[in-house]
Amino acid sequence: MNKPVPVTDWIADFDHTDPRWTENPYPIWDQLRAASPVVHTDRFLGVYMPTTYEAVKEVAYDTEHFSSRRIIVRNSRPPITQSAPPITSDPPEHKPAKQLLLPPFTPDAMKKLEPRVREICNELIDQFVNEPSVDAAARYTKHIPVRAIAHMLGIPEQDGDLFIKWIHEILELGITDEETLMRAVEEMSHYFMGHIQARKSNPTDDLISTLMNARGPDGQPLSDMHVLGSLRLLLIAGIDTTWSAIGASLWHLAKTPADRERLIAEPELMPIAIEEFLRAYSPVTMAREVIKETTIAGCPIKTDHMVLLSFPAANRDPAVFPNADKVIIDRKENRHVAFGLGIHRCVGSNLARMEMIVALEEWLKRIPDFRLDPAGKVTWSEGTVRGPRQLPLLLGAAH
Amino acid sequence: MAGQLKIHVDPDKCQGHSRCKSLAPELFELDGFGNAHEVGDGVVPAGLEDKAWLAKSNCPELAIDITED
Repeated sequence: MNKPVPVTDWIADFDHTDPRWTENPYPIWDQLRAASPVVHTDRFLGVYMPTTYEAVKEVAYDTEHFSSRRIIVRNSRPPITQSAPPITSDPPEHKPAKQLLLPPFTPDAMKKLEPRVREICNELIDQFVNEPSVDAAARYTKHIPVRAIAHMLGIPEQDGDLFIKWIHEILELGITDEETLMRAVEEMSHYFMGHIQARKSNPTDDLISTLMNARGPDGQPLSDMHVLGSLRLLLIAGIDTTWSAIGASLWHLAKTPADRERLIAEPELMPIAIEEFLRAYSPVTMAREVIKETTIAGCPIKTDHMVLLSFPAANRDPAVFPNADKVIIDRKENRHVAFGLGIHRCVGSNLARMEMIVALEEWLKRIPDFRLDPAGKVTWSEGTVRGPRQLPLLLGAAH
Repeated sequence: MAGQLKIHVDPDKCQGHSRCKSLAPELFELDGFGNAHEVGDGVVPAGLEDKAWLAKSNCPELAIDITED
């Protein structure tokens, strides 16, 4: 595999997998936004990137020119064989596929799951609370969404490491390595087919069975392929996204004692604070494929190129968010788009929010004092989902 | 004195982010799909005006309208 040429001109030749982008994308986005509401790169077979809140919104609402059949910018564009409805669906197929997944993820449904998530958090904290230091990404934030989604789907929580391996291969390595991508998708499909088959003879009371019992718009049960696609989506989208969001929030709190103390003193502020963490450190960047020539913010857009749909960049647009680069945990007006906009609003947003609130509450209850370990290094995942993958912390007030 | 406020959620715009429900649970309710609508006829009881404005200013889809009688 050829190593990509390092970027020298961000505006005309951006690369969202460049290590500098992964490490600290915010000044790069400011530079791009100052240059134009839409920038373009020839890399990855041609990609546009809207840089402002308004331009991102324009693309998110326009399903006529921008298709979701490809939602990740990669080096290659292999023929589409595996879909993951509804995230990869366009109208009119999108709505019925989405409707099936909405009821299990309402805020009320999440309230029922919340006690299990609180237990999961405490089981994890028990394992390191008496140690002087911990990699919170590897031992805490990573496991919470894995176990929560496994619990909902009705698959073993211990298979978590396998899920994380597939996600890393699909979302990160798969950007440049088609073979690894295909193998991971294959393995994941095989795994879920086993669970689908098992439920045909022994139905269970979990999300897999719910999907298997659901009816499509034609009144017929969903095909195994549809169920499989939606399961792939729930697993891929439900794990490293929330892992990242919880991790970035803890990272912020580790280096901002004033916010930590305030959240301990005013726990009722937590639901507002997580919205600000979601805005400032939004993990998810989506993509679209241009299927009809059009314009974004007046700029001409050609077919066959991809669009990098950076909700994180939109959320740093100072035209919409005063002091966009400042984390203000009681920000009053916060129309952030961390979960997308329009018909593709993240189906798991209520789950993600509940997990973030519970994970931070339980952590602060048991570990009110912590800071970044100056001897360690915080590392970030690249590409579609950005969050800390190594988060070395010193625990307790003694340090 | 300002008149009475009335809220309305545009069902075509609401995508179920549930920010309004979280910020002003007295004023909004969710259906079985998680999409929001105003409680009752949308008239905002005295004392909850700030919450109504807060919900409106946090809706990413701009789905909430507030009218003043």
